[in-house]
Amino acid sequence: MPKEPEIKFVEGIVPDAVEDVVYRMCPMHLMRLEERMKELKKGEILELQTDYEGALVDIPDWCRKTGNELIGVEDTGEFFKFYIKKTVD
Amino acid sequence: MFRVYLDHMATTPLDREVLSAMLPYLENSFGNPSRPYDLGSEAKDAMERSRESVARLINASPEEIIFTSSGAEANNLAVRGLAKANSKRGMHLVTSEIEHHSTLNAFRALQKAGFVVTFLPVNSLGEVSVEKLESAITERTTLVSVMLANYEVGTLQAVREIAEIAHEKGALVHTDAVAAAGNVEIDVKKLGVDALSLSAHTMYGPKGVGALYLREGLRIVPLIYSGIQEEGRRGGTENVAGIVGFGKAAELARRHLDEVERVRWLRDKLIEGVLEVEKVELTGHAEKRLPNHASFIVESVDGEALMMALSFEGIYIGNGTACISQVLRASPILLAMGYPPQRAQCSAIFTLGRKTSKRDIEYVLSKFPGVVEKLRKISPLWDK
Repeated sequence: MPKEPEIKFVEGIVPDAVEDVVYRMCPMHLMRLEERMKELKKGEILELQTDYEGALVDIPDWCRKTGNELIGVEDTGEFFKFYIKKTVD
Repeated sequence: MFRVYLDHMATTPLDREVLSAMLPYLENSFGNPSRPYDLGSEAKDAMERSRESVARLINASPEEIIFTSSGAEANNLAVRGLAKANSKRGMHLVTSEIEHHSTLNAFRALQKAGFVVTFLPVNSLGEVSVEKLESAITERTTLVSVMLANYEVGTLQAVREIAEIAHEKGALVHTDAVAAAGNVEIDVKKLGVDALSLSAHTMYGPKGVGALYLREGLRIVPLIYSGIQEEGRRGGTENVAGIVGFGKAAELARRHLDEVERVRWLRDKLIEGVLEVEKVELTGHAEKRLPNHASFIVESVDGEALMMALSFEGIYIGNGTACISQVLRASPILLAMGYPPQRAQCSAIFTLGRKTSKRDIEYVLSKFPGVVEKLRKISPLWDK
């Protein structure tokens, strides 16, 4: 059985780009994540905002598969902010 | 029989160019736009070209257009979707008493869900008072929705001023432009609105397709849940042929906007002629109204009876918003404007179209006085 990825809760991360998919339906969080990460340079951070709880599984999973780093998640109470660092070209 | 269709607020005939544009997407190009293969991508490309065309009609960006199944759905999406998306900030909403039922009932549903809604009154010309709006907005107000033009009396609202006031107080602004689109120029940037509803079938496009303009960067809670369609904001496999038809209709609407003066001239001739019949009164604003719109109270003549009697002469007019005229005798719009119920039942609405000719108007004016006289003779209300 695959190991559940651990999620670190963070605050105060300064991103290089922000993508807002709050209230947009699944799988927009993954589609936009892929699109935006292509635009970023290695070392840059994307803040992805979503209210979709499934993202707590999908995004760590996506990071594991692609080799990018999930710095952590901030829970605003209304939506989540995922901080993903581009670590592979 | 000679036929004159003057009920363009209820619906418009499908333009032949629109039909031609749609047909390939009902036949060979039937692919699902979410599929990456060529059949899917040709449907997707056609849909995106339509999105550009609809956006161009109102000076928006294509990304700001969400296709829906109707103007009513666009109104529902705007009102319910924006109210819910901003409910953490406030639960107070403002609209007017003379909105289309799709807007009014969406607000009423929100009232049941705990929102507080102010329904602004209008004056005798059907205008929303900007001053009353200003005093109605509080720091808990998140959304103001006032239509651009009214279906029944044609009055144009001061949406630009309304938007300025609402924005100063931090509220978003939606306008229902279904009646106005194709009849007056619409520029979302000049109006300063955050959301605007459109429908294809009132501008020579097909029924079953509408659109919501939503300013870039705004969040909205969907009405219909599914997947990636409309960028995750409106679920359901898209009505590709309908959307293609809407795109063509929007292109034609832009092309035909310079014909407005011709329609206005004909409309003015119609008003002049209709008012020659005794005890007939123009409703709505005389100048600040849609150029194709003429609405009246024909004293002691039931609006529905007049509509039917004229149809027997081949003349098609309206007597209220199409979806409610069958169940309500008195127009709620006219009641809100202060007309007593007895007079609010006597509504007659003539809305001209692109193909309306001088001959059509002459025909209507040749029949109208006789039909009114006949109905008044059998009306228990007519006291001559």
